Amino acid sequence: MSAPLQATTVAPQASRAVRKGLSARDLWPPLLTFALVIGLWELAVRFLQIPIYLLPAPSQILETFLARPAFLLRIGLVTFTNAVVGCAIGASLGCLVAALCVRWRVVADGLVPLAVAASAVPIIALSPLMGIWLGSVSPLSKIAVVAVMTFFPTLVSVYRGLVSPTADALMLMRSYAAPQRVVFAKLRAPAALPFLFGALRVCATLSMIGAVVAEFFGGPQNALGVYIKTQAGILRTREAWSAILVACLFGLAFYLAVVLAERAAMPWKRGRQQ
Amino acid sequence: MNTPPIIEFDRVSKVYQSGGGPVTALLDVSLSIAAGEFIALIGPSGCGKSTLMRLIGDLEQPSSGTVRVKGKTPEQARLDRDYGIVFQAPVLYEWRTVRRNVELPLEIMGRPPAERRERAMSLLRLVGLGDFGDAYPHQLSGGMQQRAAIARALSFEPSILLMDEPFGALDEITRERMQTELLSLWSSAAPRPTVIFVTHSIPEAVFLADRVVVMSPRPGRVQRIVPIDLPRPRVFETRESPGFFSLVTEVREALRATENERVEV
Repeated sequence: MSAPLQATTVAPQASRAVRKGLSARDLWPPLLTFALVIGLWELAVRFLQIPIYLLPAPSQILETFLARPAFLLRIGLVTFTNAVVGCAIGASLGCLVAALCVRWRVVADGLVPLAVAASAVPIIALSPLMGIWLGSVSPLSKIAVVAVMTFFPTLVSVYRGLVSPTADALMLMRSYAAPQRVVFAKLRAPAALPFLFGALRVCATLSMIGAVVAEFFGGPQNALGVYIKTQAGILRTREAWSAILVACLFGLAFYLAVVLAERAAMPWKRGRQQ
Repeated sequence: MNTPPIIEFDRVSKVYQSGGGPVTALLDVSLSIAAGEFIALIGPSGCGKSTLMRLIGDLEQPSSGTVRVKGKTPEQARLDRDYGIVFQAPVLYEWRTVRRNVELPLEIMGRPPAERRERAMSLLRLVGLGDFGDAYPHQLSGGMQQRAAIARALSFEPSILLMDEPFGALDEITRERMQTELLSLWSSAAPRPTVIFVTHSIPEAVFLADRVVVMSPRPGRVQRIVPIDLPRPRVFETRESPGFFSLVTEVREALRATENERVEV
């Protein structure tokens, strides 16, 4: 070895590259916008004298929520549990079938185009039928709706992720005489992770929608969707809105949990602008 | 050459089936490469130089003729991990740190963690990336990424190094520096690996190689083999020597001859 080799170019500062988390600078514009919208809503209801059964003011909704937060969060949790369990089942099956599609491309050729089509179908429309099959009061019918809703987008995304490695990346594995399971574990699966989390973000939102709406077609008394529907049905809109607020909170929490899991699972993405 | 060739092509042809009928990528190529030789393959697009390299690596199979690698079939040589490969793109796995990218082949070959870690770090130091083992590939410049890719190819000490336009995407200044570095890596290894280096650049081929194989396109054939007798170690001044210029001219004319031939045909 002659002279020690030198790096030709200066790498970006590690501190900058691994910077993570949101700064106050990123946060205040959306917060300000949110406050503005809520403020306008409040003012509009007060000064235009909108009847309360049409649209209650944000302050009234909050008041109603604060009157019985434990009850609302408890019924919210019932619905949220269905959403999470359904999403876990749907997404796991989606991953499993995507892996099978990679192993047997014949399966993929038949299934993936259908799954793409199924992703565009309003599966929520199946809710009444799921009620007939699995019992309209039973949580199973809600979980099933959510599982079907989340299965197809997960399958499509994860499959795309698993086949995303370039010809060169695969050829590299071939040059190491790597067996198929190693190619899967060390190349395809990690390459599919960003696709999986992209799907899970969508699924977190979808599954909360699915769980609430499925309850509109029947469910136990202590569930969020049932409560929203009955309260709205007797024009108790403040109560309905306070439940909607809870649905939003759980939905956001679910989404946030996915984002945090994503950050933990993919350290190499941190600090890189999307 | 008294030693038996490490790589031997015997009347090898490669025909691809395409929409517009069969395309002959290689026609009747015979070539022997000695152990430890640095061979540059050069020629215009479509001359089959990458195909030739991939036949050695069992990444493609010949339509006729035979390829022998260390006296074995290319498939057996691949299964024995006789070669390392470097592409034009670094092809680092973005989810692995630079060090763990270099460790990848060792990991697949089942070497113990401590050994592969040590090996990866010593190679990274050798290519000037000693401080970047824990960085992710996207944090490195193109030249640094390609250095990591070279370290990865050398990590398991293969006796053959296949390089498919490895510096093709780099700027000229980085490129010349990388050429010098590659030569010092190559000459410091014991035993020296046999290098098959595919390139579009005439000065690059002349600067690096022991022999430049000039290929002609459609169908891909070996047009001429130009021996490069420039002394080693080759340094910055080599590129300014009269011998270098006359060899560059010789290769350039051999390449031009391939074009004239095509015009006449």
